[in-house]
Amino acid sequence: MAMSFEWPWQYRFPPFFTLQPNVDTRQKQLAAWCSLVLSFCRLHKQSSMTVMEAQESPLFNNVKLQRKLPVESIQIVLEELRKKGNLEWLDKSKSSFLIMWRRPEEWGKLIYQWVSRSGQNNSVFTLYELTNGEDTEDEEFHGLDEATLLRALQALQQEHKAEIITVSDGRGVKFF
Amino acid sequence: MDRFVWTSGLLEINETLVIQQRGVRKRLRGEGRIKFDAGTLLSTHRLIWRDQKNHECCMAILLSQIVFIEEQAAGIGKSGKVVVHLHPAPPNKEPGPFQSSKNSYIKLSFKEHGQIEFYRRLSEEMTQRRWENMPVSQSLQTNRGPQPGRIRAVGIVGIERKLEEKRKETDKNISGAFEDLSKLMIKAKEMVALSKSIANKIKDKQGDITEDETIRFKSYLLSMEIANPVTRETYGSGTQYHMQLAKQLAGILQAGNNVTEVYCLVNRLLSPEDLVNACKMLEALKLPLRLHVFDSGVMVIELQSHKEEEMVASALETVSSKGSLTSEESAKLVGMSVLLAKERLLLAEKMGHLCRDDSVEGLRFYPNLFMTQS
Repeated sequence: MAMSFEWPWQYRFPPFFTLQPNVDTRQKQLAAWCSLVLSFCRLHKQSSMTVMEAQESPLFNNVKLQRKLPVESIQIVLEELRKKGNLEWLDKSKSSFLIMWRRPEEWGKLIYQWVSRSGQNNSVFTLYELTNGEDTEDEEFHGLDEATLLRALQALQQEHKAEIITVSDGRGVKFF
Repeated sequence: MDRFVWTSGLLEINETLVIQQRGVRKRLRGEGRIKFDAGTLLSTHRLIWRDQKNHECCMAILLSQIVFIEEQAAGIGKSGKVVVHLHPAPPNKEPGPFQSSKNSYIKLSFKEHGQIEFYRRLSEEMTQRRWENMPVSQSLQTNRGPQPGRIRAVGIVGIERKLEEKRKETDKNISGAFEDLSKLMIKAKEMVALSKSIANKIKDKQGDITEDETIRFKSYLLSMEIANPVTRETYGSGTQYHMQLAKQLAGILQAGNNVTEVYCLVNRLLSPEDLVNACKMLEALKLPLRLHVFDSGVMVIELQSHKEEEMVASALETVSSKGSLTSEESAKLVGMSVLLAKERLLLAEKMGHLCRDDSVEGLRFYPNLFMTQS
């Protein structure tokens, strides 16, 4: 699973795995963690995770350094991501979460741009077509997981640029 | 010295010459030590000086302006002196050589001796206060004509009228005198209390304070401008005294005075030992100043923030040189207690120069790369 992922310098810095008491230092530390989580998940195409998985993942557990980020601190990092709009809890007990390296609004924008560019306003698509169709092979959102896609379309819906509809075998979307 | 008024130097009616003394130098502190060599004249009402070179130049002080006088014996190379402490200048005072003054005393230096006699006569005049019983016209300074209100009368009617006038005058004088007497009694009480308090305060300080300072201190108290300086007597010698001193010191220093200034300011009234003892209490009293002793023995008082900056810079240096340090390692390296080493490291962390690594291996401090590295 660990592809040619480039760990940032903080990953080899032991204090990275201790939540810093100095407020200014902590701010920098958390920003670095958020960045790491998103790039890690993006490369590994991981769109969702459980907290248990996270604890044991090399993401929060540097075996070589013999340091792990304690679970309370992991929770704090996740909360930061949620505030930024990159994370959504999938259950009330906060045991699993959706992680989006790009925020839904940003995805929505990209999708709508493609729709406009290819002159397909007022067309209807199935969700599958959007992310797995031939036409979108060169697009960034190709291969996007359904959960994230749905949220992207919901964002467009808010802006009255799209409408999620039901089609024969599932859900689809109409663009305006 | 703003109590002087210009005068013609001529005595007024009812004003009598008491003693005349040549070669008296007036010394005025603060106004650049003006030396005025003159003949001094003591009358029942005033002290008058006429410049020995320029006879036109003549100035006076009313005896009623004097609060209290002191004698200073002559010594080897030192003329005898009389120190005259004065009331503040009244608002309706006639013009004189100085508009304002921060001092409330003058010193007469008797170059040709005679201060004993002069002091005696002046004391006598101060006791008798003859000027109160023999009023002269308000403007003693100018050459006015004969006193207004003098009655010319002839014949029996005239004589009777004159007697009546005299009776009225005496009446006025008597009631005036009684009024004055009660005022005098109040004044006397004040002066007695004052002199007692002064005597006590001076007793201990005799050795440390110079004569000039002593006079100044007394004068200071006399002019009632005292701002309650901390004295040993009030608080006793020992910790309480030093505690109060430490607080006052902190106040003065924080107001922006540097230490040399403060020492000069303060050493008039404090012994060096007291100052040092007060400084030792600064930390205990949580005042933001510290006494720092250099290896050479030199002591300085510095703001706590300076001391802290030093500590932090030093902590960062040692940690950087070793990559990371625990409190124990730091203590050993620098040669201080573990507790103090930890304090330094924590302070540096608080300031953002260090960060921590807290694991099963213990608490270790690193240079704060979060801030320094992009």
